[in-house]
Amino acid sequence: MTIDEVKIGGLGASRPRVEDNRFIRGKGNYVDDIALPGMLHMELLRSPLAHARIKSIDVTAAWAIPGVRLVLTGEMMASRNLAWMPTLSYDTQAVLATDKVRFQGQEIACVVADDPYIAKDACEAIIVDYEPLPVIVNPTQAMTAGAPVIRDDKENQHDNLIFDWEVGDKDGTDAAFSAADVVSELELHYPRSHPSPIETCGSIADFDRSTSKLTVYMTTQAPHIIRAAVAMVAELPEHMIRIISPDLGGGFGNKVPVYPGYVVSILASILLERPVKWIEDKTGNLISTGFGRDVYLRGQMALRKDGKILGVRMHTDSDHGAFFSDAQPSKFKIGLMHSAFACYDIPTAHLTAQGVYTNKAPGGVAYRCSFRVTEAMFFQERMVQAAADDLGLDQAEFRRLNFVQDDDFPHRTPFGFLTDSGQYGKCLDIGLEAVGYKKFLEQKEEAKKNGRLLGIGISTMTEPLGAGNSREYDILGIKMFDSAELRVHMTGKAILRTGAKSQGQGHETTWAQIVAHELGIPADDVVVEEGDTDTAPFGMGTYASRSTPVAGAAVSMVSRKIRAKARKIAAHLLEVSEEDIDWELGRFYLRSSPDRGVTIQECAMAAYSNVPDGMEPGLENNAYYDPPNLTWPFACYIATVEVDPLTGVWDVLNMVAVDDCGVRINPMIVEGQIMGGLTEAYAMASMQFITFDDEGNCVGSNYMDYLLPTAWETPGFELHEVVTPCPHHPIGAKGIGECATVGGPAAFVNAVMDALKGSGVRNVDMPLLPDRVYEALTTSRDVSGAPPIRTS
Amino acid sequence: MTSLFEVMPAETAVDTPVRKLTVNVNGKQETLKVEPRLLLAHMIRQALGLTGTHVGCDTTNCGACTVLFDGAPVKSCTMFAVQADGHDITTVEGLASASELDPIQEGFKDEHGLQCGFCTPGMMLSAKALLTENPNPTEDEVRWALSGNLCRCTGYQNIVKAVLLAAESLQHQEASKDEGETL
Repeated sequence: MTIDEVKIGGLGASRPRVEDNRFIRGKGNYVDDIALPGMLHMELLRSPLAHARIKSIDVTAAWAIPGVRLVLTGEMMASRNLAWMPTLSYDTQAVLATDKVRFQGQEIACVVADDPYIAKDACEAIIVDYEPLPVIVNPTQAMTAGAPVIRDDKENQHDNLIFDWEVGDKDGTDAAFSAADVVSELELHYPRSHPSPIETCGSIADFDRSTSKLTVYMTTQAPHIIRAAVAMVAELPEHMIRIISPDLGGGFGNKVPVYPGYVVSILASILLERPVKWIEDKTGNLISTGFGRDVYLRGQMALRKDGKILGVRMHTDSDHGAFFSDAQPSKFKIGLMHSAFACYDIPTAHLTAQGVYTNKAPGGVAYRCSFRVTEAMFFQERMVQAAADDLGLDQAEFRRLNFVQDDDFPHRTPFGFLTDSGQYGKCLDIGLEAVGYKKFLEQKEEAKKNGRLLGIGISTMTEPLGAGNSREYDILGIKMFDSAELRVHMTGKAILRTGAKSQGQGHETTWAQIVAHELGIPADDVVVEEGDTDTAPFGMGTYASRSTPVAGAAVSMVSRKIRAKARKIAAHLLEVSEEDIDWELGRFYLRSSPDRGVTIQECAMAAYSNVPDGMEPGLENNAYYDPPNLTWPFACYIATVEVDPLTGVWDVLNMVAVDDCGVRINPMIVEGQIMGGLTEAYAMASMQFITFDDEGNCVGSNYMDYLLPTAWETPGFELHEVVTPCPHHPIGAKGIGECATVGGPAAFVNAVMDALKGSGVRNVDMPLLPDRVYEALTTSRDVSGAPPIRTS
Repeated sequence: MTSLFEVMPAETAVDTPVRKLTVNVNGKQETLKVEPRLLLAHMIRQALGLTGTHVGCDTTNCGACTVLFDGAPVKSCTMFAVQADGHDITTVEGLASASELDPIQEGFKDEHGLQCGFCTPGMMLSAKALLTENPNPTEDEVRWALSGNLCRCTGYQNIVKAVLLAAESLQHQEASKDEGETL
């Protein structure tokens, strides 16, 4: 009697989502939905200026408003040694400004009041006297001799440089360039963007003097990291801190860092001994919290006439804002930028990187990507297209010629990563077939005769997902493993907890599917909980597509530990030795007599009622999983577009996505993630960016200026799959949540640039707004999108 | 001082201007006293405890706060509570009956039309208004009707499918009702 794995909701089942039952009824439990008895409300006062010395702050009028319970400024924070906090990148960040404001939107003061309306009124009553200072909004300004030093609070900081970093083989790469027939070049800016989940950040801090326990409900993707940070910053004992991350209205990396609002709400609750709620407004979220990208990339490719890539040089100038608070593994200063070109067989490469301070919001986060991988892959695929064009080769064939071959794994990338599996050529073939590549090229030529501009853009890439192995990956020294804890109750039902934290990924559904696959317990019999540090095992949280590669692997491993114990119990129940029994899904049976067996549920009952002599009762365990390597999904995205030469407007005709993320736990959820990712890719390529004027005013501080595509603009997508199992993951899965966001933008931009081919234009910076495309078409010159924005 | 977020007792502090209003929410008559500046979204969430209506952007763009106002979708984050005096409001909590889900809710679940769930209530209410007015919409009509609601997770494709599926099942329901009547 074999169990059908798909029927019990195991691997490969498009199981309907468990969490939907509450969401479709409006019964989700987001931070702002929580109301505690006696709760007060907090509002932050933010700086209107991007760079200014604070001469004085007068809070008298704020205190005088009825209903105001507390007003805090940087000076008061400083008296408790809390005016500054450490960042995730070994820098410091102001909690409430004391000396200067360093970006528009910086937190200056807070008011706690009986309701948020009163708190807002009181914030407006605070009078701040500023002395404006010169403003820096890009790396060129930052590194100009004599530029004002933004971080004059730091000893030994005499300019705006944060780091100089390099990786790769300089001499080898120089030699490759000497031997090159052709050298191709490209320079571009990947604009600042904001992850912008629809739900903003917020917290409710609840300090109970009678128990000394601090409970904080918080919009965080990484509750355990927050607990550690609060323990260190606020000097509270870790066991007296409970962080609860309830349902999150999206995260996309924005909810990884520690923000001043969280810290201030905690202090306010300790001072007032009442729960204090802080819910950020959208402008606060867009102008002050973790952004993505903002990197200037330039590079060269050494090429042989026949199309073989001999070597690559890259340089990045990254704009980190006023505080270096990137959320990334500590060893890599510009994230995993050096994962670029991993899908191509390139002998040698060299990358130099410089990071600077500017008068912009801090917090470079992995916006739906693994630590700067988005910028790396965008540059890679733009560079590859430029090189193919320079050589006069077909862009698909040029890629195929340089791909790492299927039998070439494990493969060492030019920057030293080890990729482990893939079928790159097959993915490309499926994509080309689906889009009708040859036919489209003919249509394009035909259309050209009638003055119509069609273009096709390809983006192929493998990216490193699932940080990471603990040798290479840590945040503030904490190794990037993850965890799972499984308790099987006596009736065979179970509860699973992990150190990850879903923000829409559907862990309550998919983790149960892994248990079903490993133990044969129907997924409906497994409840999944995450996000409460008092109950969940320690984990590093969910970002960088690490849940399935790391926490998901831990779910497999803990299930296998449970199975190992159940096997001993089964042998005891069958009165045979362990060597005489075999496992099939959900059941142990006697090898010599397969009809005689016991189910996993019978083993569970016995674990509490009839254990063998000497065995501990119960059926529960935990697993901490340190992956041997990252996982390397591969994707091929192909877009076709038509550009209107009279307006610069471009429309997507077709978008084909071929994703190989290894074994798919829940195909429905995987496809949902790919479509969401493609939409963010389209957003970045077409409309979504944050920029600044020369006074450091943020342009993109609300949804009227910061454009997100709606159902009306978003194109349709055609999805295809290839499955190359990850050789080291327990169930062969790879990360997927961000592939489309990472690889997608280059497909759209390459398509528009292909439509402009022959015009002499080499690059138009994202987003490809109609006026930029029109300018490129009419001037035949590249169009830069670097701030400050042009006002004329 | 009574908090703005509580249903105010009659003897509210003298210095707070208060308006009395009566509103029908999900078929239930509610009488409240509120400050004139209280936003409708906050009245629904805090005073009535219906937290399925979410506040996303504060500027009428994202649509997470969408409710039905006399049957028409409105963004409750930029309306005052007092404007609802004498009107009917439907929130996500009013979509399902005690025993069964609305076909729109079924559609969103069946077609995987949601991920984080934050935009979902507003999205479903906009869809409800569309299907009431136009029971058999085209894909373009669905996309246009939902273009005041932002979603960051799904890419809309499955949301559109969900609404089309709901339209189909509503038509089946109507058809079987008609059949029942003829018999």
